[in-house]
Amino acid sequence: MSSIPRFWRNIKSRYNLVGTKCLNCNRVYFPPRNLCPKCRRESKIVEHKLEGKGIVLTYTTIHVSPEDFGKQAPYIMAIVKLDEGPKLTTQIVNCSPEEMKIGMKVEAVFRKIKEDGSSGIIHYGYKFQPIRTA
Amino acid sequence: MKVAVLGVGLTKFGELWETSFTELFVEAGTKAIENANIDGKDIDAIFVGNMSGGRFIDQEHISSLIADYAGLTPIPSTRVEAACASGGLAIRHAIMGIESGFYDIVVVGGVEKMTDVLTERTTQILATAAEQEWEANLGMTFPGLYAMMARRHMHEYGTTREQLALVSVKNHRNAVNNPYAQFRFEITVEDVLNSTVVAEPLRLLDCSPITDGAACLVLASEKKAKEFVDNPVYIIGSGQASSTISLHGRENIAIMDATINAAKEAYKRAGIEAKQIEVAEVHDCFTIAEILAIEGLGFVKIGKGGKATEEGLTEIGGKIPVNTSGGLKAKGHPVGATGVAQAVEITLQLRGEAEKRQVNADIGLTHNVGGSGGTAVVHIFSK
Repeated sequence: MSSIPRFWRNIKSRYNLVGTKCLNCNRVYFPPRNLCPKCRRESKIVEHKLEGKGIVLTYTTIHVSPEDFGKQAPYIMAIVKLDEGPKLTTQIVNCSPEEMKIGMKVEAVFRKIKEDGSSGIIHYGYKFQPIRTA
Repeated sequence: MKVAVLGVGLTKFGELWETSFTELFVEAGTKAIENANIDGKDIDAIFVGNMSGGRFIDQEHISSLIADYAGLTPIPSTRVEAACASGGLAIRHAIMGIESGFYDIVVVGGVEKMTDVLTERTTQILATAAEQEWEANLGMTFPGLYAMMARRHMHEYGTTREQLALVSVKNHRNAVNNPYAQFRFEITVEDVLNSTVVAEPLRLLDCSPITDGAACLVLASEKKAKEFVDNPVYIIGSGQASSTISLHGRENIAIMDATINAAKEAYKRAGIEAKQIEVAEVHDCFTIAEILAIEGLGFVKIGKGGKATEEGLTEIGGKIPVNTSGGLKAKGHPVGATGVAQAVEITLQLRGEAEKRQVNADIGLTHNVGGSGGTAVVHIFSK
């Protein structure tokens, strides 16, 4: 069971992919950082909304899942490099494991992540799906 | 730097349903102290590596518990935590205590009791070594992280599925001759490739098991050691490095930069080069991890670890025997104990006490990793 403030304070990032940007070096961070590791004390951090498009750097299909994700297995997880530079870990949906490829283009979608039991918080956030050209 | 290993102790590794957390570390500790031929009153301090007593057995304050049940109060006792690198890091803290002149004789333990919870819970607990907010909470698991490293390594360097399997085959073969190992039987490449999928492309026989166990060392300053033994094995180098806790935060997913940086420090302190290492215990929590380790430690060039494994470089009888104990894969991986158990194996090898798995070596190395590579600790041993 997770704490409500812990979930609540990340809503902006989880729902809308809001990261941060350091105005001193122009690097973009997601997950957000309140200190730029490159500029440290010179950091000038502001919020920065990401477009939610990128490419798959690597991926796996999880068959043995943690307790909270038992019902979802097997599911695909990947590291995606966003067009703005940052890399993130995400579930990939609307795609079969056979279709997955390193380098494939993906975009963010809003999805349910997990539930804290039958009476706890329902966690929502980003997952990614392939960008399909018609 | 030079710190003597006076004594070593190990429990049997495995699913030890009848043995408690306290019984495990008391057994390993008693063996190490007897092996060192010292008395309780000779000990100045205790350091213990433990990853998650709090989550596995609802017990924090491990430091006091250990001093208490070992009958060593009021000796100062400190718990050290860096996920699966907790044991290696405890050794480093003991070394710093001795090298600084603060202590003469230090006991270093590592212990984990993992089988008191069910497997799904264990998966969740181990995932706390990843970044909780941005990896684990989204459904990422430990095998999943290493599977993503494996996939990228295969993509960039052409490492094959069979080469990964060969790491496990070798380590199982070595464990047959280790009476303390959890799995003392051989497996084939086909067995690995046909085992249950855990996280594609990794299968069950690519993964280290869930293990209970404890390991212990007695360390002493070079001067103090001479009162007890003529020719001890020495630790002559120590290195530690950090990297991002998340895998996605790293510049390159197919190398482990913390290993490279920790090795650099350890070689420098020891005044030796990678090519002088003659035996090594490396952190093979998954088959891909051993390949990343031998590359990061400089035994082979980056990208060549799979090929080198296939060519037998790391077998007993090869140029650099790796994981003669069976490694984490076959000896077992009680997370907090692993780094200390690696040091026990290298000490036995350099003493010539490794029995049927004995190799000819004067210089050995241990390599312990926390999480997906957020921490790495390397130690170098010499006769």
